[in-house]
Amino acid sequence: MTDTEKVIEIQVLRYRPEQETEPVLQSFKVPFTDDMSVLQGLQYIKDYLDGTVSFRWSCRMAICGSCGMMIDGKPKLSCKTFLREYYPAGLRIEALAHMPIERDLIVDAGDFITKLESIKPYIIPKEPRTLEQGEYLQTPQQRDMYEQFSSCINCMLCYAACPQYGLDKTFTGPGVLALMHRYNADSRDGASAERMDLGYAHEGFWGCTAVGYCSVVCPKGVDPANAINQNKMNSAINYFTRFVTPKGGTK
Amino acid sequence: MEVYKADVAIVGAGGGGLRAAIAVAEADPTLKIALISKVYPMRSHTVAAEGGAAGVTRPDDSLEYHFNDTVHGGDWLCEQDVVEYFVAHSHEEMVQMEHWGCPWSRKDDGHVNVRAFGGMKIERTWFAADKTGFHMLHTLFQTSIKYPSIKRFDEYFCSDLMVEDGRCQGVLAIQIATGEFTLIEAKAVIIATGGAGRVFRENTNGGIVTGDGMALAYRHGVPLRDMEFMQYHPTCMPGTGLLFTEACRGEGGFLLNKDGYRYLQDYGLGPAEPSPRNKAMELGPRDRLSQAFWHEKRKGRTVEGPHGAVVNLDLRHLGAAKLHERLPLICELAEEFLGVDPAHTPIPVLPAVHYTMGGILADGKTASSLPGLYSVGECSSVGIHGANRLGSNSLTELIVFGKVAGVEAAKFARSVSISNPAAIEKQAEAARTRALDVVTQSRGKERLAVLRTEMAQSMENGCGIYRLESDMQATCDKLRELRERYRNLKIDDHSKVYNTEWLLSIELGYLLEVAEAIVHSALNRKESRGSHQRLDGFEERDDVNYLKHSLAYYTGDGPPRIEYGDVKITKSTPGTRAYGAAGEEAEAAEREREGAGND
Repeated sequence: MTDTEKVIEIQVLRYRPEQETEPVLQSFKVPFTDDMSVLQGLQYIKDYLDGTVSFRWSCRMAICGSCGMMIDGKPKLSCKTFLREYYPAGLRIEALAHMPIERDLIVDAGDFITKLESIKPYIIPKEPRTLEQGEYLQTPQQRDMYEQFSSCINCMLCYAACPQYGLDKTFTGPGVLALMHRYNADSRDGASAERMDLGYAHEGFWGCTAVGYCSVVCPKGVDPANAINQNKMNSAINYFTRFVTPKGGTK
Repeated sequence: MEVYKADVAIVGAGGGGLRAAIAVAEADPTLKIALISKVYPMRSHTVAAEGGAAGVTRPDDSLEYHFNDTVHGGDWLCEQDVVEYFVAHSHEEMVQMEHWGCPWSRKDDGHVNVRAFGGMKIERTWFAADKTGFHMLHTLFQTSIKYPSIKRFDEYFCSDLMVEDGRCQGVLAIQIATGEFTLIEAKAVIIATGGAGRVFRENTNGGIVTGDGMALAYRHGVPLRDMEFMQYHPTCMPGTGLLFTEACRGEGGFLLNKDGYRYLQDYGLGPAEPSPRNKAMELGPRDRLSQAFWHEKRKGRTVEGPHGAVVNLDLRHLGAAKLHERLPLICELAEEFLGVDPAHTPIPVLPAVHYTMGGILADGKTASSLPGLYSVGECSSVGIHGANRLGSNSLTELIVFGKVAGVEAAKFARSVSISNPAAIEKQAEAARTRALDVVTQSRGKERLAVLRTEMAQSMENGCGIYRLESDMQATCDKLRELRERYRNLKIDDHSKVYNTEWLLSIELGYLLEVAEAIVHSALNRKESRGSHQRLDGFEERDDVNYLKHSLAYYTGDGPPRIEYGDVKITKSTPGTRAYGAAGEEAEAAEREREGAGND
């Protein structure tokens, strides 16, 4: 039997609000080769079996963050998950957990985007600088303090993995907290106190119950759990120093 | 129909669109900006750019060097006054990105580091490991959140431009989540929708790179300039076409044929030295490297793989530590998609379509021939790439000309008012019907994916690395046929919520028209220049007849009309384009000539 003759069963969770009252599984038989991704399997379905199956995708190389979905119950990027790993048993694909399904595999990203926008995810300079003065100096070691946390592709897999977010949608959540830490930890930035005002709130860092599954599913090694832990530590120190210094310890 | 009244509408929220939006907001915070994108901004294809962004930085570098590299690299089809502006403003825009938080890679002393890139005489490419586009895009997106005057329309698909009283006065967009239409009135419109690489079969581009803005401007009479110049990137993944950045070679990687031989030395790029010299061998320009692959394949010196002929990109001598510091994404791609650890095994690569050098005709200030319409980035032909773009010039283009587009559009928007809202609304209704017709009037039997696949294969056959009249003519004929069959689509999906099949159908319409502009421009250019290489009696560059820009005009159902426009020469008269040792000789001769002229 040659490679091209292999066929795999893909079950796709369908939900079309104009047609279905609740999600239902639909099964497709897809011929595949060993180098085909789950995304390519879905593209085959859409192109040749059923044009109504809907999902987001673009770059195909795990950098645009569009194609997150639950694959056999685990949040993954479909472009870098391979069909061969599920052969011969087949696989089940569903929309990302913990977010409302808009249609089929497409979830409503609105809550994530609103949270991202709310944490001032931009440099608020410690010392303003003109273009004529050139770049801020930042050593490779200083860059290393935040680089990992700047690698988040906003794919939302960590939100689908986070049990706390599943229970409580007011929780800021792993990806956005990692992004907040990214700016707080940047040597050019001077606004961590301003951001930490949000971090102190229930929905901020302390909302995390330290399960750590966010970091396990992260496809880019961002490690949001680590970002949250570091900030719990800072926040605890700050909480303490608030009482012993007159202006609080946030500076 | 919902109507939103903006001052400036920007279609596309990748690097160019975001930079333009910020420029408008900074130029005049009272202007209302509508930033429209068919995907969330951070999904835009800028995200996939890897290697870096050029800007003269080192003391031993100069604007003149960057200018010369760019103009020679473009085989003298660049607008030289625009290139002068570009090189002069690159560095400050890179610094601006730094101030906004872009995590540029650094030297030990804290200054930004630069790396070597193909066709560049001096190291001047700023980089953030090998995820430069990703970091620039996220930096711009996150910075844009600071500006309250930027109203984003995320996941709104632009289906037409509103042109009234001879100027562009808005866009019609579909809210993808609901299928409802919104008319966005605007006194100025900037198109920043990226390239059209998806017209080709094997390409590095994301699924969204479908030439939307090019097709929209083209349909409204703005010519597409120099569309025949499509860039093949020499080092891409077999099967998928995914990109392995030129920075692999900038950091010292080799290209080897099946005998382990650095074959580029046989194609005027040598001599082969242990570490690549700037503008030689592996650091030659992309057109020459892709052409060398084609010849190696013909000579039977490539390796046969499951997806056809490949050569090897050898990074082993760089060592695991350097690879993980400088090229982490490349390591990840090689390991996860090919099962190859580049520290121990060479990566199989082949050329794939990467970049659309041509685009919407724009003057040096990004204005098109239609008043009120501007363009920036890959969709635009502002004139800096000529017949072959140098790697790391396009990310810089986004921010240099994104700013220009924003400033110019803001200025224009302040100088005019919406002339006839009732007429514009009527137009929008008609455009809405046309967009809906793609689904409601499709009672045929043609499958979307079949047409798309046939188009992409035909483009590869006719407009590949080397071109023949008969093949190009066959592609022209095929595209006529496909445009005819496109009227006869069979669409499965008739719903409104996230009807992606509907949007793919509209995109296919864009792709087919842009494809026609490409192949007809190619067929008409009877010479070889940069990425346009012919093997049918027109193997040489012909400056007498073709030191001209191609201009493809839309003619409705017929093929495009091809006209020609002048090329702006300011200080570099067309000369010999050479690399490696031959390039150094040519440069010395040129210096001597210029020296003699100054006496």
